[in-house]
Amino acid sequence: MATEFVARGSDLELVGIRKEFPGFTAIENLDLHIPAGEFFALLGPSGCGKTTTLRLVAGLEAPTAGKLLIGGKDVTSTKPHERPVNTVFQSYALFPHMSVLENVAFGLRQRKVEDPLKKATEALELVQLAHLAQRRPQQLSGGQQQRVALARALVNRPSLLLLDEPLGALDLKLRREMQIELKAIQMEVGLTFLHVTHDQEEAMDMADTVAVMNKGRIEQMGAPEALYDRPHTVFVAKFLGQSNLFIGDIVESSASSLSINVAGNKISVPKDRAEKHEGKIAIGVRPEKADLHQSKPAVSSNDNLIGPGEVLDIRFTGVSNQFLVEIPGIGQVTVFEQNEGNSTVALGDQVYVTWQVAHSFGLADLPDSVEE
Amino acid sequence: MAFAAFSSGSKTDYKAPRKQSVIVAMSLLLPGMVYLALFFITPLMSLVVTSLEVPDASGEIGRYQYGFEIANYWTVIETYWPHIIRSFTYALVATILSLLISYPLAYFIGIRARKWPLIQKLALALVIAPFFISFLLRTFAWKQLFSNESWIVTTLQEWHILAPDQYLVGTDFMVIFGLTYNFIPFMTLPLYTSLERLDLRLLEAGSDLYATPAKVFRKVTLPITMPGIISGTLMTFIPIAGDYINASRDFLGSSDTQMIGNVVESNFLRINDYPAASALSVLLMAAILALVVFYVRRSGTEDLL
Amino acid sequence: MRFSLGRAALPIYAVLAFVYLLIPIAYTFVFSFNDTFKSNIVWRGFSFKNWLGVCNEQGVCEAFGNSILIGVVSTIIATALGTAIAIALVRYDFKFRSSVSLLLFLPMATPEIVLGAGLASQFFNMGAEKGLVTVIIAHVMFCLSFVVVTVKARVSSLDPALEEAGSDLYATPSKVFWKITFPLLMPGILAAALLSFALSFDDFIITNFNAGPLSTFPKFVYTAASKGIPAAANVVGSAVFLVAILIVVAVQVSSTIKERRLKAGK
Repeated sequence: MATEFVARGSDLELVGIRKEFPGFTAIENLDLHIPAGEFFALLGPSGCGKTTTLRLVAGLEAPTAGKLLIGGKDVTSTKPHERPVNTVFQSYALFPHMSVLENVAFGLRQRKVEDPLKKATEALELVQLAHLAQRRPQQLSGGQQQRVALARALVNRPSLLLLDEPLGALDLKLRREMQIELKAIQMEVGLTFLHVTHDQEEAMDMADTVAVMNKGRIEQMGAPEALYDRPHTVFVAKFLGQSNLFIGDIVESSASSLSINVAGNKISVPKDRAEKHEGKIAIGVRPEKADLHQSKPAVSSNDNLIGPGEVLDIRFTGVSNQFLVEIPGIGQVTVFEQNEGNSTVALGDQVYVTWQVAHSFGLADLPDSVEE
Repeated sequence: MAFAAFSSGSKTDYKAPRKQSVIVAMSLLLPGMVYLALFFITPLMSLVVTSLEVPDASGEIGRYQYGFEIANYWTVIETYWPHIIRSFTYALVATILSLLISYPLAYFIGIRARKWPLIQKLALALVIAPFFISFLLRTFAWKQLFSNESWIVTTLQEWHILAPDQYLVGTDFMVIFGLTYNFIPFMTLPLYTSLERLDLRLLEAGSDLYATPAKVFRKVTLPITMPGIISGTLMTFIPIAGDYINASRDFLGSSDTQMIGNVVESNFLRINDYPAASALSVLLMAAILALVVFYVRRSGTEDLL
Repeated sequence: MRFSLGRAALPIYAVLAFVYLLIPIAYTFVFSFNDTFKSNIVWRGFSFKNWLGVCNEQGVCEAFGNSILIGVVSTIIATALGTAIAIALVRYDFKFRSSVSLLLFLPMATPEIVLGAGLASQFFNMGAEKGLVTVIIAHVMFCLSFVVVTVKARVSSLDPALEEAGSDLYATPSKVFWKITFPLLMPGILAAALLSFALSFDDFIITNFNAGPLSTFPKFVYTAASKGIPAAANVVGSAVFLVAILIVVAVQVSSTIKERRLKAGK
């Protein structure tokens, strides 16, 4: 039965899209290509332009400039009801004056598809809600409403499914369940999904490709693992997980690596993991990649070593212990250690921090607070 | 404003970006706006023009020609100043009375009755019930109930509250009584609308922070419901100032209780002195507008609708 | 729970206030059953004769019919014009928004006598014959703003995403309006129409200035008042009241039951 919905996903292309509202520019100049069948996430803080991008694709807003192609066809000037695109709205937007079944059948009826009620029932079966078909949307729980909204969009077998923070209104536990379910449905039907969210865990967990948006531009795009491992900008490094950043002028440059000097500490990054190769640069490392040492360890050139510094704070989160270390001349550094039950580091201790040079990443820009 | 009480289904108002289509917006707006321009604005201008007219050269009664006779205004003010003062005094007293009567009632329906939605809705229906029976019949009913031979008047005379030759119909008291009664729904509805939206947790927070019930009312409830009080007093004061049924001799009034409305009516419809009637109307309108502007400015209620 | 005078005071006050509000209505209703002889001032015994022979009283039924006709026609026009304006105000961006708001607010802030005299002077200056048409024109004018206010509240509480979902699901703009916007605005539009009809039906002041020889129910009552209102007027007033209050109570009760059922279903 699920095959009914399978695999007619199309690819989506945005070319030089610009969107201005009275008083501000929501999207500067956006080029984006999403291949057919992919689960694509647009991730960013509120006001970054991600929802506007989604509304442009749905046809609910018209771009100020640029072109929009779905499956190679230019749809820039078509109205929302003429686009082979369906949306799961943030508020679900289920019609309160119609039954669940009629909600799902709505799109089919508008396109005069045969047997709308039968197909709508099948779609409800896909989301396991066929038994509630005659209810009104207001009588359903948040999670059930979310699934009805999904069925209402999927039943039309759109080329592209747009999801506007569809899990935002759910509580944490239900959210996790729905993430798994949503991903499973996407794999099953093979449609192209464009998912907009501000929740970085959700985006990394579900999407094949994540694009991080900031101030109307895409900062970086790639597979979740790649984005996390090698953020290119300060914004991505800080928005996607946590990062320790060290800023300094390049003092040494070999064939394979670059080094900076921060208050007497030499910090290196492999050249092929650095975006910028001259002048003042920012080098970062993820807190879980760093280790703590209570005495100064012997290190090779493959490791970075900084310290000593004082342990200011220890936070116990269950899975890991999170240490905040103040290193003179560098500032505060965060280190996560797996909670293996053998940590002896205490508040006020003097410690050293090390990590492999191969885990460093060099950014293309500097934090706003730093002068070039 | 007030009548939103009838229709609001949900309490959330959505703040969505407004659509930009000028053509659609204009085609939705224009018919109604043109209508108001033709049948609201033009008549007001026509009123101003008429108020400056002078009797026709032919001397025929009821015929006037265009002049620029500002003196018409001085004449009506000179002739009718007691009516003008009386109208605004009645309106002021009746508005205050109906606020005092309506606030506790609206408080009961909007706050106490929240626990019982059906009672709340039926109580609201009772408040608007007087709307469903003719205004004139209601007023006439009070006239009968307070008539000279009525049980109320004879009892009051027996108790020596009224002298044996003293009656109620035709007095200031009776007219103000009728005005207050007739406009209570106009006061209660906006008050109810603002009380019904009041977040009860604010009151709890108030008493949690050591305020006595009276203090909570004065410092929390009253300021928050101020928009309702403002719209209620305006919706009551304005129609009262222009009313002429209650003060009419055939209803609750006498020749001693005539208001601006009565003068306008008799000048316009009985003695055909159109300029005088128009001049008085323009004065009334100007006074009300000045009041509205002052009131709205003072209270900062910029969103009129 | 212990009886507390403090807590009971407000409900008791509310009951007294309702009694006060209903006294003239009760009086009118009771005296519609008076076994009248010439006048309807003194109670002379119970009788159905006024109800059964309501149209025997000269002019009552004609006036009533005119009022209904005027009410229906002006309600339809005012509701259509006002709903369009309400949608534009909430959903569309346009210049002169504050002027439009002001133009809609002013008729509500203008005393009826000024509205009535103004229109009458305009009709007089134009040389228009007063009658049915002039009364309907006047009624649409003063009902319009009230319709806008009432419907606007409903439009503001309507999630715009519902309409967007409609067009996202392949409905053309006109389909979106008729299948989604209109049904969801219906309670507001109905409330506005009822209000508009009530305002029109009960209007005396503006009508008196613009009706000329045409009789309406309030005009009939006004003219009759000087020599005593006939019982037939009480009958018409009571009947209209009963119908209106039944509609309102039925709507309120059914909406409460619906809400309860929705809550129970969850």
